[in-house]
Amino acid sequence: METQQQLDDFQARIDAGEKIEPKDWMPERYREQIIRMGSQHAHSEIVGMLPEGNWISRAPSLKRKLVLLAKVQDEAGHGLYLYSAIETLGVRRSELIDQYLYGNAKYSSIFNYPTLSYADVCVIGWLVDGAAIVNQTKLAHSSYGPYARANLRICKEESFHKKQGYEMVAKLAEGTPAQRKMVQSAVDRFWWPTLMMFGPNDSNSPNSAELLKWQVKLNTNDELRQHFVDRVVMEAEAVGLTLPDPDLKFNDETGHWEFGEIPWDEFWDVVKGNGVMNRERMKSRRKAHEDGAWVREAAQAYARKKNLSREKAS
Amino acid sequence: MTKSKLMSENNEKDWPLWEVFYQPKNGKPYEHAGSLHASDAENALQNARDVYARRNEGIGIWVVPSDQITASTPEDMGSFFDPASDKPYRHPQFYSVPRAVKKRS
Repeated sequence: METQQQLDDFQARIDAGEKIEPKDWMPERYREQIIRMGSQHAHSEIVGMLPEGNWISRAPSLKRKLVLLAKVQDEAGHGLYLYSAIETLGVRRSELIDQYLYGNAKYSSIFNYPTLSYADVCVIGWLVDGAAIVNQTKLAHSSYGPYARANLRICKEESFHKKQGYEMVAKLAEGTPAQRKMVQSAVDRFWWPTLMMFGPNDSNSPNSAELLKWQVKLNTNDELRQHFVDRVVMEAEAVGLTLPDPDLKFNDETGHWEFGEIPWDEFWDVVKGNGVMNRERMKSRRKAHEDGAWVREAAQAYARKKNLSREKAS
Repeated sequence: MTKSKLMSENNEKDWPLWEVFYQPKNGKPYEHAGSLHASDAENALQNARDVYARRNEGIGIWVVPSDQITASTPEDMGSFFDPASDKPYRHPQFYSVPRAVKKRS
C-alpha cells in the first residue's frame, strides 16, 4: 500500500527537479504511465520506418537512397533506445512488442497515413520529424532518468532527419512545375495529421494532468503544437509553399500564429484503427516479426551450442 | 501461427539483456549508454557498435550481461554510504595552511 508520506516525498523529489532512476521508489501509477508512454513512443519509431522504407528503392538518386537508408536505420535505433529505457522498469521488450502487434498498445497515428509520392518522404522529414523534435527536446528533461537520456540521444540524431527533409522540400519547391505540385500536394495531405501528432487538445487529454504533475512530460499538447506552428509557418513561407489552413493568421497581441480547427473526428477515427494504412502497417509488422522468428531461434541455438562446447573443453 | 503460441514462444526465447558501456574519447572513463538484447557476447558487441556508436560516439565498448551487475539500491543509500559522511578530514577543505606568497624581487 502506498502511503501519503511516500507519495508526498516522491512529489517533493519531482518538484525539486530530481531524476527518478529504475530502483527508486515510485508510485505504481507513475511506473504504469512511463511504461505506457515510453513503449508507445518506441513502437512509433519502429512503425515509422515503414512509410519511408517504402521509398528507399525509388528515391531519385544514389545520394537520396543513402540518406533515406540512414534515416530509416536511425529510427530502428531510436526504437531500441526507448525499449531499453522502458525495460529498466521490469517489463520485457518482447511483452511490449506483443502488446502492439497482437494487443491494444498504440503507436503514433501519423504513421497510418500512406506515402503516395517521393515528396511525401521529404515532407515527413520536414514536418513529422520537425514535430518530433519539438516534442523530444522537451522529453529530454522528463523526470524518469532513463527515458530522458534516451530522448537526449534521439534529439542529437533527429536534427539531421528534419534538415534532410527540409532541404529536399526546398529543392522541389524551386524545381519544375511538376515537382512544385508534388511537394505542395504532400504538404496539403500531411499538415493536419502532423498537428494531430501533438495529441488531443489539453481539455480533452485525460492523461496530461498526471503526466505534467510528475513531470513525465513538461509541456501541454497545445503548448507544443503552438510552438511547432509558429516555427513552421515561417519555414513554409521561406520556400514558397502554402499551408492548407485558410484560418492561419498572425496575432499581433499574442505573437503567435492562430490556426484553424483540427479535424478531430479524423484523429479519433485513425486512433480507433480506421486510418488508410492501419491494417497494412500491422500486417507488415506482424509478418516481419513472425518471419524473423527462425533468426531469433537460430541465434539462441548457436549460442547454446557454443556454451556447451566451451564447457566441455574446460 | 496463433497469437497465444507466438506469445509463449517469446517468453521462452528472449535473447538475454546486456548493458553497454563506451569510452567517449581517449583518456576518458567508460560511460553507461543503455542496454540491448543479443544472443551472445560477440553479437552484443556488434549490436552495441551499431546502436550506441553509430556516429563514432565511442572509441571502445564493453558489454556486460545485465544479471552480472551488482548494484547498490536506494534503500541502502543511507547506511551503505554513511561511513563517508562524517569524516570531513578526508577533504582538503578541512585543513588550514598558511598562504605562501611569491617573493617579488
